[in-house]
Amino acid sequence: MGLLTNLKDSVSRVTDRLFASDDPKRIGIYGPPNAGKTTLANRIARDWTGDAIGPESHVPHETRRARRKEGVDIERNGRSVTIDIVDTPGVATKVDYKEFLDHDIEKDDAIRRSREATEGVAEAMHWLREDVDGVIYVLDSTTDPFTQVNTMLIGIIESRDLPVLIFANKIDLDEADIKRVADAFPQHETVPLSALEGDNMDEVYDKIAEYFG
Amino acid sequence: MPEATPSDSTTESQNGVQIDLISGSRMEGLRSMEKIRLILDGVRDGNIVILEEGLSPDEESKLIEVTMTEISPDDFTGIEIESYPHEEAADQSFLDRLMGRESTKKLTVIGPANQIETLHKDDQLISALVSRK
Repeated sequence: MGLLTNLKDSVSRVTDRLFASDDPKRIGIYGPPNAGKTTLANRIARDWTGDAIGPESHVPHETRRARRKEGVDIERNGRSVTIDIVDTPGVATKVDYKEFLDHDIEKDDAIRRSREATEGVAEAMHWLREDVDGVIYVLDSTTDPFTQVNTMLIGIIESRDLPVLIFANKIDLDEADIKRVADAFPQHETVPLSALEGDNMDEVYDKIAEYFG
Repeated sequence: MPEATPSDSTTESQNGVQIDLISGSRMEGLRSMEKIRLILDGVRDGNIVILEEGLSPDEESKLIEVTMTEISPDDFTGIEIESYPHEEAADQSFLDRLMGRESTKKLTVIGPANQIETLHKDDQLISALVSRK
């Protein structure tokens, strides 16, 4: 059963890639809440299309629905790669509406936000299992990357054989520790950047073209 | 004789914290959703669930998804889960991988988010603080 299923999956994956090699790749931007996923998605979208994807905020779970920007053409080294960006809600195993109260949000609004956030996380997990061709995993380089959510998500991505780039974001902050991020996931390439300030975006686009083109 | 369920042993749980240690062989015969149900039913009762052999990545993904659908204000805020990082098992052969026998053996601790707090975690030690409801 396992052999047949695995062989079928492998053949299906290879044929899918062969016949759809010219189609835009759907690249999911994943990571924990407040890592800067939407800031990065907006930076990429603005740089290559002129439009933003969604509002950015310091309040956790500001992105509560997966948002998609289609047909982003990135030109690198004389060739062009086209990707669809999927900005996903930050993944967590718990959502407590009381956390929103700390951000001067009224109780009713906090409860509504927490409900939407839970739906958004479930949606993000569904996208990961079904609908993305590659993953940009964004981490806040000022915080400890060695968390269960990060470990589980990287494990899930690896189990699906998806190409993944780790982006160590917020390097403009003094507390940023790029090595800590790289050491947490040594099996993957880590690219430092500041999506907010636009630092190191050339390397970001080089790697996107290299991994997902 | 019917098989005991973790909740059968709940008698004085209001006086302490119930810990269910679930063996790998107990989980082996269950489908993915049955495993997730077993875990979440225990956690929603306020128990700490310890899995001898953990879940597969796909099951972890579904656990997060189902957990999210069950969160409700002032009742259930989600789960805290900790396990050691998944390592490519040195004893796992190519044939094992080909046959779908992917090793997921990693001790995993799961509890209600409002009752369990991770104090320290590295690749060899997980230290957690468990409180009553």
